[in-house]
Amino acid sequence: MSSKLAKIEKRTAYLLILPSILLVFSIILFPIFSNIWISFKNVELKDLRIPEPRAKKLVKSINDNPNQIKVIYKLRNSSLTQEITNVKFKDKYPNNIEPINLNNKCQFKSNLLKCELGNWPKKYRENLEIVFQNTKNKEILKKEIKSYKPKLSGNSQNILLTYEFTLNNFKKVIKDKSFVDLLSTTFYYTFFGTLGAIVFGILAAQMVNQKFFGRTFMRSVLLFPYVAPVVALAYTWELLLDPTSGTLNNLLINYQIIDGPINLLGQKYVTLNILGFDFKLRLALTTVIIFEIWRYFPLAFLFILARLQAVPKELYEAADVDGANPVQKFLNITLPQILAVISILFMIRFIWNFNKFEDIFLLTGGASGTRTFPINVYQQGFSIGDIGVGSAVSIVIVVFLLIFMFIYFKLLGKRADEN
Amino acid sequence: MKIKNIFTYCFISSLFLFLLICIWKILVTLQGIELTNFNFNKLFIFGIILCAINLLIGKKLNLNIKIIILALLFSIFDYFISINLPIWYSLGIFLISLFFFNNIKNYDKNFLSKNHSSQKLFFNFLTLFGITLFSFVILFPFYMMLVTSLKTQALLLLNPLDFSINFTQGLPELFKSYFIVFKDYNFGKFMLTSTIVSLGTVVITLIFAIPAAYAVARLNFFGKNFLSTSILIIYLFPAIVLVIPLYTIFSQLGLRNSIEGLLIVYTATTLPVAIYMLQGYFKSIPKELEEAGIIDGQNWIGIIFKIILPLSLPAISSVALYVFMIAWNEFLFSLMFLDRPNTFTLSRAIQFLNVGAETPRQYLMAGSVVVTLPILIIFVYFEKYLVSGLTAGSVKG
Repeated sequence: MSSKLAKIEKRTAYLLILPSILLVFSIILFPIFSNIWISFKNVELKDLRIPEPRAKKLVKSINDNPNQIKVIYKLRNSSLTQEITNVKFKDKYPNNIEPINLNNKCQFKSNLLKCELGNWPKKYRENLEIVFQNTKNKEILKKEIKSYKPKLSGNSQNILLTYEFTLNNFKKVIKDKSFVDLLSTTFYYTFFGTLGAIVFGILAAQMVNQKFFGRTFMRSVLLFPYVAPVVALAYTWELLLDPTSGTLNNLLINYQIIDGPINLLGQKYVTLNILGFDFKLRLALTTVIIFEIWRYFPLAFLFILARLQAVPKELYEAADVDGANPVQKFLNITLPQILAVISILFMIRFIWNFNKFEDIFLLTGGASGTRTFPINVYQQGFSIGDIGVGSAVSIVIVVFLLIFMFIYFKLLGKRADEN
Repeated sequence: MKIKNIFTYCFISSLFLFLLICIWKILVTLQGIELTNFNFNKLFIFGIILCAINLLIGKKLNLNIKIIILALLFSIFDYFISINLPIWYSLGIFLISLFFFNNIKNYDKNFLSKNHSSQKLFFNFLTLFGITLFSFVILFPFYMMLVTSLKTQALLLLNPLDFSINFTQGLPELFKSYFIVFKDYNFGKFMLTSTIVSLGTVVITLIFAIPAAYAVARLNFFGKNFLSTSILIIYLFPAIVLVIPLYTIFSQLGLRNSIEGLLIVYTATTLPVAIYMLQGYFKSIPKELEEAGIIDGQNWIGIIFKIILPLSLPAISSVALYVFMIAWNEFLFSLMFLDRPNTFTLSRAIQFLNVGAETPRQYLMAGSVVVTLPILIIFVYFEKYLVSGLTAGSVKG
């Protein structure tokens, strides 16, 4: 009896889960695997269009003879790169009409014109001319002939489904001169973006954890940058930072802090003079990182605040009895308590910043030294149009991602052991 | 020792008041009022005097009366040393000083003789200043978005530092950019598309996720543990690695430029987190309730609909709000899959206006307000639900 129940339970469980599994498999897992497939193929954006045989139908009347009519089919292969094999042609005609000069490729049977047009190489063009006459010697109506549309079919090789593979995509990615630059930019962006978000998150959480008027409202306000759409925020920032009409530059010039406008999003380097040494700061990248921090510190704040509120009050009371000052209290009580959250948060944010696309894309489009891996996927795949190389870059991202995930789950496991 | 404490207290407090007043005065200049004399030194010294008075009164007077009197004194003093300023300026000064004195009302001689009192004082003011600064840094871009959308091209070029909103010109004139955005740029249609896509994603995700989450939470089957760990791993895969294969597949299937395609992708990408959040909640519902349902002769469908769903409405609403937010804000897939204006979502439309067509920025900002406002209203109104959704789903972002 119980085994029967267990069987029913199992069957129900699979029934309930199956739709979700199928959907996730086809939209997330299958694409990840097909990424590997595509990255070993020489595919370009223009190859994605499936080659089609096409025909344009022209109907012309023949002089002095309304009972006859000439039909011209302008045939062509839509693809500039691939051939179409075994092209078949079909068109319908009204009753009582017959072809006169039918060539051997075509047949006319019960109002249907059928042709076997063979193989078409790439860019192929051909005109098929056929003269028709009315069997009852009546006038042929052009409109009636025109109202039927020819149907064509043919086999073409889908470049994605062939078994030709190449390593060129990966060679291109790794041998590219800018690969090291790409790597360093991505890590610079990821590391400082994550670190900054967490530092500001701690500061904000520490502030909001104290009692003051309007605290709940303050918590909502701090989360605004995270919940608002990235498109709106990025363009607002672009407007604020604009060198000619932007608020920030005008404000700084107005209060005479800087002499001339600075193009914060369009300038690759800025030279800073600190204690007599010249430092080259990557300006656009720094601006993008600041945007990143501004947008994602709320998340760190939310997590750390939740943890802070769970710290037992007795610890602070004991510290007060011992005569500890605020700095000591923070370093010896608060920090050890939130360290676990911070390390997990750091890993998660690191993984996500590593894959961040929208923010940089909308602010700079990857120009002036802000090109990271995700931006490179887009540029290779869609700006240059080389899907294969873009895919290869995605594979590089996935490899890094798997390494990070491995570390993350190790860390998570270690934390679980400790507790 | 005590005198040193009193001195630091007066100095730090007055400095803080001074900083607040400075910020207010800068904001006032940005609103188009000319301040010729900031009177900083007078205000600073008067602030020190008032702080000392506050200390002397201590708790002898009702605290509320005390702060009102002190704030009034300060505003009247400021009113007399500055000339010809509108009433809202003085009102602002009054509110700021009220806020300030409210914060120092509890300090008296006893507090200052305690250990580390000056350090505590310093950190208190640092916190207050930090809160002001943080809210300013966060809200300023949002304010700029709004102000820019309410101006005309000529005004924007004339003075980029004028952040005031001119309410005297009448509503149709004030909201002109919005009328144009909806009428000429077709934002009504984009908004409808965005709403349909977001609500559709919410509904479909819930239909898929609720049964799956129930199975993971309650039923025993082979591969259950594997499934619940792989949910998290799948969720960590970013959209950027899915974009190229999905683009190729969707191009060949003709699913690009269709709302259906977008719905499928959004549902699939939010499904793992929805299942993850829901199963956690389902596990917290006492099993006895379901057993009672089985005794009453309910089958699995009956249990889900009559017992689980009504009990887990809070969790379902937070999942729904979170998914809605993700779908409404999503940009990458809509950029990839939509290139005909009749299928654009709001985010894609704004990006198209900025890149494809050189659109004046007041219209761009009006569009940005249109896309931001609904999500902020939802967030503020349903904050409790959304925050729990954010915390659970924030492994991604």
